[in-house]
Parts: sequence; structure tokens; C-alpha cells
Amino acid sequence: MQNTLQLELKQCFRSGRTKAVSWRVDQLQALLKLVSEKETQIFDALKKDLGKHRVESYRDEVGLVKKSVVNALLHIKEWMAPKKTRLPLLLFPASAEVLPEPLGTVLILSSWNFPISLALDPLVGAISAGNTMLLKPSELAPACSTLLAEIIPLYLDKEAIKVVNGGSDVAGELLQLQWDKIFFTGSPRVGSIVMSAAAKHLTPVTLELGGKCPAILDSLSGSDFKVAMKRIAGGKWGPCAGQACLAVDYLLVEQKSVSVVIESLKNCIKKFYGDNVKSLQSICRIVNKHHFDRLRSLLDEPGVAASIVYGGSVNEELMMIEPTIFLDPPLDAGIMTEEIFGPFLPIVTLNQIEESIDIINERPKPLAVYAFTNNEKLKSRILHETSSGSVTFNDTIIQFICDVLPFGGVGNSGFGRYHGKYSFDTFSHEKAVLHRRFMLELEPRYPPWNSFKLEFIRLAYRFDYFNVLLLLLGLRRKFTAPSS
Amino acid sequence: MVDAAVVVKQLRSTYASGITKDYDWRISQLKAFQKIVTSHEKEILYALRTDLSKPEHESQVQEIAQVLSACSLALKELKRWMKPQTVNPSIIAFPSSAKVIMEPLGVVLVISTWNFPFMLSLEPVIGAIAAGNVVVLKTSELAPATSALLAKLIPEYVDSSAVKVVQGSVPETTALLEQKWDKIFYTGSSRVGRIVSAAAAKHLTPVVLELGGKCPAVIDENINLTVAARRIISGKWGCNNGQACISPDYLITTKAYASKVAEAISTELDKLYGKDPLQSHELSRIINIHHFHRLLKLMDDDKVNQKIFRGGQHNESILKIAPTILLDVPQDALILEEEIFGPLLPIVMVDNIEDSIALISAKEKPLAAYLFTNNERMKDMFKRSISAGSICINDTIIHFLVPNLPFGGVGESGTGAYHGKLTFESFSHKKAVLERSFILDLDARYPPYAPWKTKFLKAVVQGHIASIARSFLCR
Repeated sequence: MQNTLQLELKQCFRSGRTKAVSWRVDQLQALLKLVSEKETQIFDALKKDLGKHRVESYRDEVGLVKKSVVNALLHIKEWMAPKKTRLPLLLFPASAEVLPEPLGTVLILSSWNFPISLALDPLVGAISAGNTMLLKPSELAPACSTLLAEIIPLYLDKEAIKVVNGGSDVAGELLQLQWDKIFFTGSPRVGSIVMSAAAKHLTPVTLELGGKCPAILDSLSGSDFKVAMKRIAGGKWGPCAGQACLAVDYLLVEQKSVSVVIESLKNCIKKFYGDNVKSLQSICRIVNKHHFDRLRSLLDEPGVAASIVYGGSVNEELMMIEPTIFLDPPLDAGIMTEEIFGPFLPIVTLNQIEESIDIINERPKPLAVYAFTNNEKLKSRILHETSSGSVTFNDTIIQFICDVLPFGGVGNSGFGRYHGKYSFDTFSHEKAVLHRRFMLELEPRYPPWNSFKLEFIRLAYRFDYFNVLLLLLGLRRKFTAPSS
Repeated sequence: MVDAAVVVKQLRSTYASGITKDYDWRISQLKAFQKIVTSHEKEILYALRTDLSKPEHESQVQEIAQVLSACSLALKELKRWMKPQTVNPSIIAFPSSAKVIMEPLGVVLVISTWNFPFMLSLEPVIGAIAAGNVVVLKTSELAPATSALLAKLIPEYVDSSAVKVVQGSVPETTALLEQKWDKIFYTGSSRVGRIVSAAAAKHLTPVVLELGGKCPAVIDENINLTVAARRIISGKWGCNNGQACISPDYLITTKAYASKVAEAISTELDKLYGKDPLQSHELSRIINIHHFHRLLKLMDDDKVNQKIFRGGQHNESILKIAPTILLDVPQDALILEEEIFGPLLPIVMVDNIEDSIALISAKEKPLAAYLFTNNERMKDMFKRSISAGSICINDTIIHFLVPNLPFGGVGESGTGAYHGKLTFESFSHKKAVLERSFILDLDARYPPYAPWKTKFLKAVVQGHIASIARSFLCR
């Protein structure tokens, strides 16, 4: 079945229809219409799948896609335009350009935590670049996946953009086929499986994975401190209750400030979400029982539950876990070695804030490093001594909405990037095109060789035009060929 | 056999020290590579002659000059390449400043190949060092003299705690591929490219695969056929005797024009290599007996053995095959299925020159596609319809020389690209950095959520200043 769908997509691509700028613009405009007209249904589906509040849904899903589409519409002609390239004088007369072309038929595998934006945002890139595509949303967000499968064919070109739903068996079938690109958002474990399957067909991949995103909190003045705490709290529990690749995973603070930090976080939590696990507001629930149990079992490890300084309550019926703060849980416990992906915030205390750099470097490279500080020296050290997909100073998550910044990981957090023009590029092949003329032949290119030609070539190909000129004018001694 | 795990550990330790990130260190290493070439030119030429009977002129142009060019460009531009790129963050993130910084990936593996054993080893390594990484270079066992020379010279000049050369064959490569790398840069065949990619997948290692393919050359009528013939010869037999990923693999021309094309090439071949090319010192030999027999088999195929227009002579003792043209080769012949990688040039005939496009598109995407024509419409159609790593119109292989053009494949011919600044970028991570101010913190970002916050966010996303003001005032 998947084979047939893919064949249709490949045929559609071969027809050339998706290469036309008019097609791409039409599809982008249709996508904009889709998210505007179906906004209510989208909000409902997100509420059903994740208990996501409509404000969060707008901010992280609908609004994000709209912004992406508008940006693409604004820039697409510029992105599609060939880029002229300067050539060495040696090649005169000639001209060259780099022509972006679509890769062909691409596979997009999206995730469950931002089931709308992580599906549609890559779609924006694939469409802008002129490809045909198959989207497989995550089965762990069934209301959203079903909705996407329903509405996408209503607005977008059915022969060029298809949606297939299903679980890992369907994903497995799709991965056996030959794609011109695979764009995957998810865990490193599955990322490796995707890349292994892609290797069989030499398919290039972009892997948007996760990691433990640390937040470093330096000493700050009163008002800065207040803002920092809001942003940390908002960056932890705001995006899908911590079930986000970009969410703050753990916090690094100097020992002397920790009690103030904990108090402040408690206040933020109470103000933002409430303090009763049965009636928390404005926060997502845990996506399913598997993850609920996974998170709960993190508490079972020795020393972890004992380090809870706030929260810890769970409600299985509502699939809710309240925002929980841990103070110095054991560094070898699961909560400090695996990506949490939930509403648990461990705080690791340090004697000096600079120690945070070593702690970060002991772990795999994360998708983001957050640092709240006004100390320029510390900023520089963090920038140059740690490696991560991105670094944000004095805020969290917000780098995600800047279309000019490449969004992607490094090391275990993935490779490849998207957003803005990077999305267009990730689904394109940059084809070099060199135009030469027949006139002005360079005789020294051809045998039979002699020492003049050798010297000419030696100089010319090092772009040493001055000495070439001397040679041509007979003012330069010839190089003696070494004996073979 | 060298212990791959130990080598990687040592390199990780060097990288962790931070020395390779330093601008001055990188410059010193680039200068060291430059010195290797300028001080040992004779030995390099000799090694290439030993491994491939490579004519000195090809070694100068296609190996030595390329490496020197890569060094001098990197030395000249490194400061600029290393500089962070400031970008304008969107109004939504106001007030903030943003930039993208180039960060080394860490410990990288460069696997090179035998046909341009010097250049295809050093150009990626130079880029990796310029980008601040530590490197293992695995050379090809099929070019033993060049491998041994590199293994001797590199530690003499370059910081050996940061660059290691590993010789050997499949077992050594396999051992290296089991390690965790921050990037793997592979040049070679599609078959092995798959193996490299699969190994990389286990560690989520990004790869650049510079592979091959059947690079077609389409010859239209009404052109300067003599110049075209010479340029085809230069790209085919003048480029390691056709054993190059970007050599024109096969020609396509019209039935009406085909014999003229064959004649023209043949005439020029006589002029450039003489009547007895097996005696010529200006043609590389076939790399080894295995490839020699492989090529003979392509010529012996029943479908083509009567189609030899010129050439076919061979001498096993010196591993030479004469430049051979096969005219009117059927499309299902073996020689049109696999990458030839040798001095055989099949000519395929079509009714109309435009038919060449469908013919090429039916095959896997090649590393390069060539077109000789003066017809602007044909040029445009070719450019837009043929997907290939690169396209060169009215010449062959010369795009390889241009540092600003991305050099790499697509589909079966590979993924990723390099040359010039792209080599540096290929071995770098573009890290996004956003710096925010504490002032102007938007309440609308935080719970408890309320309808005015939705309106406000919507207005911000849509960039409507009036709506932003309105929703803010009505909260």
C-alpha cells in the first residue's frame, strides 16, 4: 500500500508540477488557509491528545506554522533564485551559478508532543523547495494525526502531499522504501533506526532529536532574577509540561542561591498552574501510560524521591504529574542521565557557577544550552567550551521562533537544521552549473606535454597570474621536470 | 594493526584540551600542510607515478595544485570563516541579538580513495583542521606508495596529537567505522558508501559521501567539434585515464552526428597521445589487475564487442588499455549499467538530442552531467531537467577547480558537498546563539492563560502593531 502511494508521489514529482513557483505558492497559501480555518478543530485535537491549552496551542503550534508559512511566502522567490558565483580568471570566458533544485520525494516523520507544528513546519520547507512528500504523524497523538489525515487532502494537492497514519509497523514499511530525503523528529534511539534504514538507499537524513537541555542560573539582581525565574519556569513546564526537546531539563545553580531559587520557582508554579494535581491549569498532561509510568519509575531510584523539595504528586486518572522540583538528586540516577521529557526539574547545586560547564560536557551534546547571566566572561566560556544545537542567553525556548536561526542539534541531539531558509535548503540540492564557451582554448591543457606547458599549468592552477604573464612573455625561466 | 579505540581516545583528549580551536594553531597546521607539498613535490610526483603511472602534468594540476589552492584559500580566509555571522532576530524576540557561530564538530574520520590519493586525502583533512577538528585519515591500500608517503610526511610536519594517518585495508576501515565519530567524510563507491552510512547510523554520526556515478556527456550539433572533442578527451583520458568520479562516462549524440563525433575524438586522440597510446607516458595505467579484467569484460560483452570504433588494444603486463571508443552501444549493454571508471567511451545514439534528457533521467543521478551545445533552449532544458551533483556546459571536469562551487553528489552520487569555504562548513556545526534582554518581559507568554493573551500572541505573530497595542490595552 505504502509502495503505491510512494509511486504516485514519484510520478507526480516527475511531472514537474511541484517545481513551478506558482504551485509552491498555491500550496503555501492553502496551508495558511488550513491552519486558519481549522484552528478550532486543531485546538480541540490538541486538547484531546495532550490537554494542551489553546494559548499554548496557538503559541507553539498554530501560530508557529502560520509564521513559518508567511515567512516562506515572503522569501520563496529569493530562495529559489540561482546564485551567481565568481570564477577564477583562468576559466574566462565562463559563468557559474548555484541552482537549488528539489530533492524529489521526501518522507517526514513527526513527533507527538507538538503534533501539528512538528508535522506542518517541515512540510513548509518541503513544499517551498518543490518536492512531493509523505507525512507520517505520530500515532501517540491520535486525534491530531486523524485530523491531519482528514484536512490536508482537503486543502493541499492530493497527488503531491500525502498523509499516512499508523504505528511503528507502518513506519517500518515506509523506511524500507527509497526516499530522496527523510526528515525525522523524535528520540535518538529511533533516529538511529531511521538512519540505518536510510543508509541502504543512500538517503540523506535530517534528525531532530533531543537531549538534556541544561539551564545555568548565575547570580542576578532583583528584577533580572524575577524575570529569569519566570522564563525558567515557563521554559520547563510551559512547552507540553516539559515533554519537549527544547524544554529546560535540569537547572544548575550556585549553592548560596538555591533556597531563593526554589522559593521563587514554587511561587511561579503556584501562580502559573496551581498547586493541586487534581486541578492544575494551563499545563499539559502526560501523553500516555507508558510515559507516565516511565516518569514515575524515575522516582523509584535510590535517593531520587528523597530529593523532592516540591511536588511529586501524580494522578493516573487524569494522566497528570504536578510540576516537581528536586534538589541534588544522585547524578548517576536516571533523572540525571536520561532526557526527562516530563515535569520534573532537578536542580544541581555548585560551589561556583563555572562548574556547570564540566557538568554539561560530561553529558551528550544537547539541543540547547540556556544560561541566565550578565557576566560576559561566563557567556564566552559557555559559548566556546560547551557544544549544543543552540545557545540562548537569558531566556528559554524562544530561539525556536527565530526564522533566521538554524534550528537543529549536534552529536546525540541530531544533525541537519531547519526553520526559515534552512528549511528550504534542507529539502534542496544545490546544483553547481558552470557555463563555458568554445572560444579561447587553453592549449596547455592538452598533451603532448612539454616543460612550457608544465610551467604554465603549475602557475595557472595556483592562480599566479603575474608569473603566467611573465612566462607567456618569455621572461620566466622554465621549471626543469624532475626525472621519473 | 592499529587500535582504533586507542587512537580515537587520544584524539578526543587532544580535542578536549581546546588547542585545535585556537586560530594560530590552525594557521600553523595549514602552513605545515603547505610545506609538505612545496618541500616534497618530487616525492609526491614519484609516489603518484608508482601507484598509477600518473603523468606529471595530471599530478601537478589535479593533485598538487588543488591541495596548494585549498591551503592558500584557507590561510587567506580562515579569519573570515571563523567569524560569527550576525543575524537579525525577528520582532517577536525583541529585544535581542542573534548570531551563528562556527564550532568544530570534534573528532572526524576522513576515508580517502585511490584514484587521486594525494588530493582526496588532503583536501578534506585541510578543511577539517581549518574548522578546528582533530582528524584520522584512512588512506587507500590500492595506492600504497602515496599512502606510505602521507603516513611518513604528515607526522613530520603536522601536530601528530591532532592528525593521525591510518593505512591498511578493509579490516582497518571496519575497526575505524566501529568507533564513534563526530563526522565521517567518505570518498569512494556507492556500495561502500552504504556500509559507511550504516556504521555512522549506530552513533548518529553525520556523513559526507562523495560517490560516483555514470556522468553523461551530451553532444549537440552545430558546435566547435574539435574543441569539444579535446575537452572530452581532457576529462576522460586526461583525468587518470577515465578512472575518476567526474570523467565523462558515456556520450549521447544524435544518429546523424555520431560518426562525426567519434571521428573528431579519434583524430584528436591521435594528436594528443600518438598512434600507439599503449606506449604513451601521458596516460595513467589501470590501477590493478582486478579493474583491468573488469574493463576487458565490459568490452567483451556480446552486445558491444563488434561496436569498437577505435582502440581495444591492451597490455596486461603494464596494465594499460588504449583509449577506446564504442559507437552505437545498445542501452542494455553492461557497459551502460555500471560506472565504467576506465578508458572506454561508449557513444549512445538518439533520434533527437532532446531524447538524451529522458535517457539520463532514467538512470541514477550522476555526480556530474555535461552538455556541449550552442542552443540556449537546450542548455536551459538540460539545466532544469537533469538532476546531478553539478552541471558543466561546453566543458568537462573543470568545475572541480572552482573553489566557490559546491562539489558533491545527489541521490546515488552522494550527499553533502565541499571545496573552498564549504569544506570548512562541512566540518563545522553552525551554532545558533540568541541573546535576550531581561527588559520587556511579555506577560502574555505565561500562564494563567486568558483570552487577551491569545489575542495578543496572535497579533504579535501576525506583526500587526495596532492589534498588539489593542489587545495589550484591553487585558
